[in-house]
Amino acid sequence: MTSVIPFVRNEMLPEKEPPLRERGVVHWMRQNLFSGPLNTVLTLLGLAVLLWVASHVLPWLMHSVWNASSLTECRDIITQRFGEGATGACWAMVKERWHQYLYGFYPMDLYWRPNLAFVLMFVAIAPVLYTSLPRKMLWFTAIYPALTFWLLWGGSVWTPVVAMLGFVILALIFRALVGKLGVPVSAGIGVVVAALWWMFAQGPVSDALQAAIPLSITTVDSDQFGGFLLSIVIGVTAISASLPMGILLALGRKSDMLIVRTLSVGFIEFIRGVPLITLLFTASLLLQYFLPPGSNFDIILRVIILVTLFAAAYIAEVIRGGLAALPRGQYEAADALGLDYWQAQRLIIMPQALKISIPGIVSSFIGLFKDTTLVAFVGLQDPLKGITTIVRADINWKGIYWEPYIFAGAIFFIICFGMSRYSMWLERKLKTDHR
Amino acid sequence: MAEQAIDRSKMKVSDEVAIQISNMNKWYGQFHVLRDVNMTVHKGERIVICGPSGSGKSTLIRCINRLEEHQSGDIIVDGTELTNDLKNIDKVRSEVGMVFQHFNLFPHLTILENCTLAPIWVRKIPKREAEETAMHFLRKVKIPEQANKYPGQLSGGQQQRVAIARSLCMKPRIMLFDEPTSALDPEMIKEVLDTMIELAEEGMTMLCVTHEMGFAQAVANRVVFMDKGQIVEQNEPREFFNNPQSERTKAFLSQILGH
Ligand SMILES: Nc1ncnc2c1ncn2[C@@H]1O[C@H](COP(=O)(O)OP(=O)(O)OP(=O)(O)O)[C@@H](O)[C@H]1O
Ligand SMILES: [Mg+2]
Repeated sequence: MTSVIPFVRNEMLPEKEPPLRERGVVHWMRQNLFSGPLNTVLTLLGLAVLLWVASHVLPWLMHSVWNASSLTECRDIITQRFGEGATGACWAMVKERWHQYLYGFYPMDLYWRPNLAFVLMFVAIAPVLYTSLPRKMLWFTAIYPALTFWLLWGGSVWTPVVAMLGFVILALIFRALVGKLGVPVSAGIGVVVAALWWMFAQGPVSDALQAAIPLSITTVDSDQFGGFLLSIVIGVTAISASLPMGILLALGRKSDMLIVRTLSVGFIEFIRGVPLITLLFTASLLLQYFLPPGSNFDIILRVIILVTLFAAAYIAEVIRGGLAALPRGQYEAADALGLDYWQAQRLIIMPQALKISIPGIVSSFIGLFKDTTLVAFVGLQDPLKGITTIVRADINWKGIYWEPYIFAGAIFFIICFGMSRYSMWLERKLKTDHR
Repeated sequence: MAEQAIDRSKMKVSDEVAIQISNMNKWYGQFHVLRDVNMTVHKGERIVICGPSGSGKSTLIRCINRLEEHQSGDIIVDGTELTNDLKNIDKVRSEVGMVFQHFNLFPHLTILENCTLAPIWVRKIPKREAEETAMHFLRKVKIPEQANKYPGQLSGGQQQRVAIARSLCMKPRIMLFDEPTSALDPEMIKEVLDTMIELAEEGMTMLCVTHEMGFAQAVANRVVFMDKGQIVEQNEPREFFNNPQSERTKAFLSQILGH
């Protein structure tokens, strides 16, 4: 048997710096780039690929030409400056045609209208994105859609005002009935009355008001829209409409009521089973057959509706994932405290489920925004194919290839990257679980 | 706990009935979880429910605030019968507080918001007033300084005390506890039990599923033993522990008391 040697420490050890090879650049490189044979090979391979790409792209970029009136002139300048066989980017095209990429065929003297709408968009979105801003700003957010509709398409100011009245009617009916009939029934009645208002009262009432107090600005037709104006109009509307719809669909899919559940599942699975292009063709062709003859349903509006439905189905599934991640105890605690179904959803369940779903929701939004370029297939001038085709049809720019795509791609990148950074910021801000 | 002096002056059982359960049965599909349960709880009673795992203790107390639905028999809580009528269910839930084994605090809200949410939305109390009430109860469970933290930043014992305060903010007449201490480390159990004892001293009607027999002996006026979905034996604590009648009770007690 060994005996225990007693030990007592009298002096505590001071903290020391780690040894040199555990710090600094060399340590970082050893850890991240050359930690083993495989890692070393991959690092060298990656470097080789980077060098190869740079050696091809850099000269092309360095030979950029900014001032020329045609592609031929561009090429002449490059040959002149950098010798026979040299290639270079011809940004002169972008300089001459950028406005078409942004506005399509929107009348030039009216550019201030989309510009103003774009700036005001940030004012309208800000209170939604940043909860620290005053809540009163949300009133502007509420009227923003009607204001923008009027700014972009022009016409009588009474059209959007009367359309907004439909929402006011909806809200009033809901508030009057919700105490007695509950959320779903009163919302249903409100929607039906509002729909009747839009179908039967919208035209006569706005005409009458216009006759009484004429107030209008120049009309711009839907086929004059194009480029990023079109993408942003479709994208922003569909994004803001598809989130609430997706939430309702996700709740419907989890509902105890058989009909609600079946309808939600059927809708989600149908939409997810059909390519977006099919829906867009439907928007451009079939919808016209189903609607009463003579009703002229704007093509952009039709596309917006179908893109919204499409995105809503995906967002519903993302949110369902978030709902599934919530422990049952959260529902039980809400029930035990006496919160009703809609209070529990709004105050307890959705804030947590949406937080979990942020990355998925934002991915859906980014996908949706990029998918707006598919409207090229129904004859709208999206910034990628639609406008580029038009530019190439010009004899001066025939044959230009990379530049338009790089330009449009860069703008898409800025917008999508912005969305993704915002979502990361939001996730960090909402992180309260401290796990 | 036994050594702690307990003030019994306000622990009075009145004649008024708080909960009346008669011939209640519940099934999960084919499985008969609760069989012909009869139980009358008077105002001011402190009842401890114990029994082996799976005997239906949780299910029984969850039926009292309709987290689970019973299929036959009656449950009348404070004069309101539990039926499919949503109004009655809401009424009962606002009178009955519940504390869960896993606390079930809302992780996205601060401690204070956890406590004011239901008073504001269910009882329609102004925010200021709800916050004052919440602080009152947080002081009572001895964690007023944590009011602006999130649940994830608190220890288990602190979270459970917040959960108790959250229930108390609704000013319930009856409190249900489902194994409130079994997810806690030993040193935290005491702080939660102390809070519960304090509640009992104030005359709260309590139904508590727990295996803390010290607590049962100290504060309960009745211990109910359940097995296989039935009430097998009930008695006042001293008799229950010293002189159990049924063989099942004896076997259960010898297991948990380690004789
Ligand atoms: N949702 C459910 N569906 C089907 N069976 C269930 C459900 N919940 C509980 N049970 C079953 O009902 C029985 C009683 O469960 P209960 O949770 O009431 O037991 P308990 O006495 O609280 O046990 P424990 O001490 O383990 O908490 C168990 O056999 C359990 O498996
Ligand atoms: Mg249990």
